[in-house]
Amino acid sequence: MMNGKIKGHKPPLAVYIHWPYCARICPYCDFNVYKQRVDKGLVSAIMDDLSQWRAWSGARNVSSVHFGGGTPSLLRGEDIGAILDHVDKLWGLSADAECGLEANPNNAAIEKLTAFKFAGLNRLSFGIQSFHDAALQQLGRDHDSRVAKAALEAATVLFDSVSADLIFGWHGQTQDILAHDLTLALNAGACHVSAYQLTIEDGTAFAKAEARGARRAVDNDLSADLYDHVQTQLLAAGFTHYEVSNFAKPGHESAHNLAYWRGHDYVGVGPGAHGRMTVKGQKYATIAEMRPDAYRACVQKTKRGFVQAEVLTAEAARDEYVLMGLRISCGLSLTRVNEIYPDPKFDRAMAVLIDAGYLQRENERLFAAPKGRMILNHVTEKLLAG
Amino acid sequence: MAVKQNNIRNFSIVAHIDHGKSTLADRLISFTGGLTDREMSEQVLDNMDIEKERGITIKAQTVRLDYTAKDGETYILNLMDTPGHVDFAYEVSRSLSACEGSILVVDASQGVEAQTLANVYQAIEHDHEIVPVLNKIDLPAAEPERVKTQIEDVIGIDASGAIEASAKSGLGIEDTLEAIVTLLPPPEQGDPKAPLKALLIDAWYDTYMGVVVLFRVIEGTVKKGMRIRTMNTGANYTVDKVGVFRPKPEDMAEIGPGEVGFLTASIKDVADAAVGDTITEDKRPTEIPLEGFKPAQPVVFCGIFPVDAADFEDLRAAVGRLRLNDASFSFEMETSAALGFGFRCGFLGLLHLEIIQERLEREFDLDLITTAPSVVYTLKMRDGSDMQLHNPADMPDVMQILHIEEPWIKATIMTPDEYLGGILKLCQERRGVQTGLSYINGRAMVEYELPLNEVVFDFYDRLKSVSKGYASFDYQAIGLREGDLVKMSILVNGDPVDALSMLVHRSNAPGRGRMMCERLKDLIPRHMFKIPIQAALGGKVIARETIAALRKDVTAKCYGGDASRKRKLLDKQKKGKKKMRQFGKVEIPQAAFIAALKMDDS
Repeated sequence: MMNGKIKGHKPPLAVYIHWPYCARICPYCDFNVYKQRVDKGLVSAIMDDLSQWRAWSGARNVSSVHFGGGTPSLLRGEDIGAILDHVDKLWGLSADAECGLEANPNNAAIEKLTAFKFAGLNRLSFGIQSFHDAALQQLGRDHDSRVAKAALEAATVLFDSVSADLIFGWHGQTQDILAHDLTLALNAGACHVSAYQLTIEDGTAFAKAEARGARRAVDNDLSADLYDHVQTQLLAAGFTHYEVSNFAKPGHESAHNLAYWRGHDYVGVGPGAHGRMTVKGQKYATIAEMRPDAYRACVQKTKRGFVQAEVLTAEAARDEYVLMGLRISCGLSLTRVNEIYPDPKFDRAMAVLIDAGYLQRENERLFAAPKGRMILNHVTEKLLAG
Repeated sequence: MAVKQNNIRNFSIVAHIDHGKSTLADRLISFTGGLTDREMSEQVLDNMDIEKERGITIKAQTVRLDYTAKDGETYILNLMDTPGHVDFAYEVSRSLSACEGSILVVDASQGVEAQTLANVYQAIEHDHEIVPVLNKIDLPAAEPERVKTQIEDVIGIDASGAIEASAKSGLGIEDTLEAIVTLLPPPEQGDPKAPLKALLIDAWYDTYMGVVVLFRVIEGTVKKGMRIRTMNTGANYTVDKVGVFRPKPEDMAEIGPGEVGFLTASIKDVADAAVGDTITEDKRPTEIPLEGFKPAQPVVFCGIFPVDAADFEDLRAAVGRLRLNDASFSFEMETSAALGFGFRCGFLGLLHLEIIQERLEREFDLDLITTAPSVVYTLKMRDGSDMQLHNPADMPDVMQILHIEEPWIKATIMTPDEYLGGILKLCQERRGVQTGLSYINGRAMVEYELPLNEVVFDFYDRLKSVSKGYASFDYQAIGLREGDLVKMSILVNGDPVDALSMLVHRSNAPGRGRMMCERLKDLIPRHMFKIPIQAALGGKVIARETIAALRKDVTAKCYGGDASRKRKLLDKQKKGKKKMRQFGKVEIPQAAFIAALKMDDS
């Protein structure tokens, strides 16, 4: 890969590419997804959209490129390679930039993985969810535990950083089953684990099932017990708990996701992708056209994938920075909070929450205390809307 | 032209809801030509939407019909449509005292119901001649002979000559009119030149005419321009307009003895025209006013609050407007830590409460919270004084109270006997004392004395559910009795919540307390800390539940695409603060209050 790194004083930029297609839609998923396997035209639309973002952002140092979805592992290696090359041409991509992709264990044949590696990817996160076949069936996944194990084992040979994404808290799960899932992920060589509690989102097949009275998720108290267990087991295995749902061996944290939580700018291309861009001290929020055909038409007509950028007020920008920043163990910078939006109400609420032991402060860093992290929605609401 | 007093018939129609009173009235109006068919909207007598929907009359209405009978004479028939519900018992008694006879309408398949009984007994008390009419005679389920026997057995009047009618098809309407003319007596002769003595039957506010007063002349004559006085309230007015309803208002030069009519006299407030008052001429008053005047006395109270505190001024305007037309409804401002600013309102009964609440919501488009209804308790204080307690939140220190008296009622319940067991159990649970039980034609009639506070909560609903809707219920007040009553407070996280406190009988307190605590446990969302919910009598806790602390609520995934959604949720929470009521450290959603105050324990 070319090294066109531009040293600038601006903070780094993350690039997100949304690939909205899946071979099958999972019943708990509320992302912008469509059941389809290929869409040749969408790759070139994404490339055009990226060019326009470069014109808007100016020269910036790209710290990460991330393919999310949907199921971006449905993409061919050469398409991924072409997009990464394009990003490199536009901004320059350093050798240490993280280039990651979310993969379905079904798309992990050794040829496919080799093509991904050759295209320039250096991190894969696998949607394993569980190694328990009954659970995979209940979760509507199209792979089984054997495929999941094989995918992880193969990937860890080829890639330095491999993450296993797990779901816990499905109805019927016990602590033993959870422990077994974690053990298998660790044994397969994952150096990063994202452990997501199953939540029932509006409009999903699971929401309809629960409305009918069919349980899909465990209750609040059990899920808290399971979450405690995830922490205990992974910390014992040498992982750090660097974000609410994310655990990593040192050096294997997701740089791309950290960019969101640290309040950095990010490019968002592909149908429904969100972006943030700071230009002349003003923060903008973008959402690309949701439907793939509308997105392609929009890019064709205007060169970019979103219709209008929303100007964030100082308060809104502060709220975003705080609600994202409290999720990570290193927390947020109070200096920056004050720069964005000085607010005595925030300071008062913060003092109360620190007093009550939900938040902790070290110099100018503010972060969630262990007991605050579990109920972070409440804490955030008290801090920003209390 | 002077009216022949012998040719006047003043009558009311007594019936149970749904037995066809209004339809029969409409038939009588159209038969005598009071309105053309085109003008007859359905059931013209029930003016208000709510009256139409519920099939009940709230304000007395009257229609003057001209009927040429088979004897060749033309008669003036004044049909008084009386309020059909026990809540308006006093209004009913005033309407009945303006008549000499009643038509008793009984559904030929349903037979006599509890409410029919109460009303017909009132008519008999007013010395009315009663003409029974069996309505809906053309229905396949009609059993005229059985119902006639029932009327004779239960009410004790001769039903052999009962008219068989179908107000729907028009059958028996002329027979009914002939019976009114031949069987009902004319009013007592009154001297048209004597000092004026007239009964104020009802008054209401009309958008076009202002306050309209309905009256019945006993002696003397009401004329336009006359200076009149209401003898109990002592107010003076000059009559602007005199007339009758046919049912459209029609101006008349004068209204003489035995006749029923209306007048307007620039009266500002309906409250100044009290039902039952005597109207006389100011400069030549009658010596003795009519007997039986009683000022309106609310018996059931509840707090009414706007769901959105910003609507308080609208609510204030709305209750003021309703009071214009309904002097029996009272209100005063109330503040509650739980519900903010609102009004403590008094009503004649539960139906009256429901009607007012519905009118506020419907006609004034307000979202309201109504607290659990409460009755008026009389507190006998140690210092010898009496205190009327309208709101449990105002209860003084128990050490100052000698004892508490509560209103009791006598309830009459009629039911098919398969539901009798459930009904007896219900009445027993409500501290009832059985005073009578009889069977007539497969129906049971139970009489119970019950404390009114046990009835105001959800007695109707429970009665309906245990009898699958077949039982009918009526009651009358029978005075105050001493009761072992205690104030039960509900404490959330140690703080008493005023809107949830209530007076209960000591024996019922543990059950009620447990129910409230259990219900609140499900209604109040988890907080960051444990929340005890307690029911207490004075300092003694009688029931307790605990809402566990919230252990985990953090969103599992929060990436670039979630920031906007989370921020918008925060914006909503910032605005949504108004919808939560703060109690110390605990936030209780508005919806939880409304649900907790619904008192059904089924």
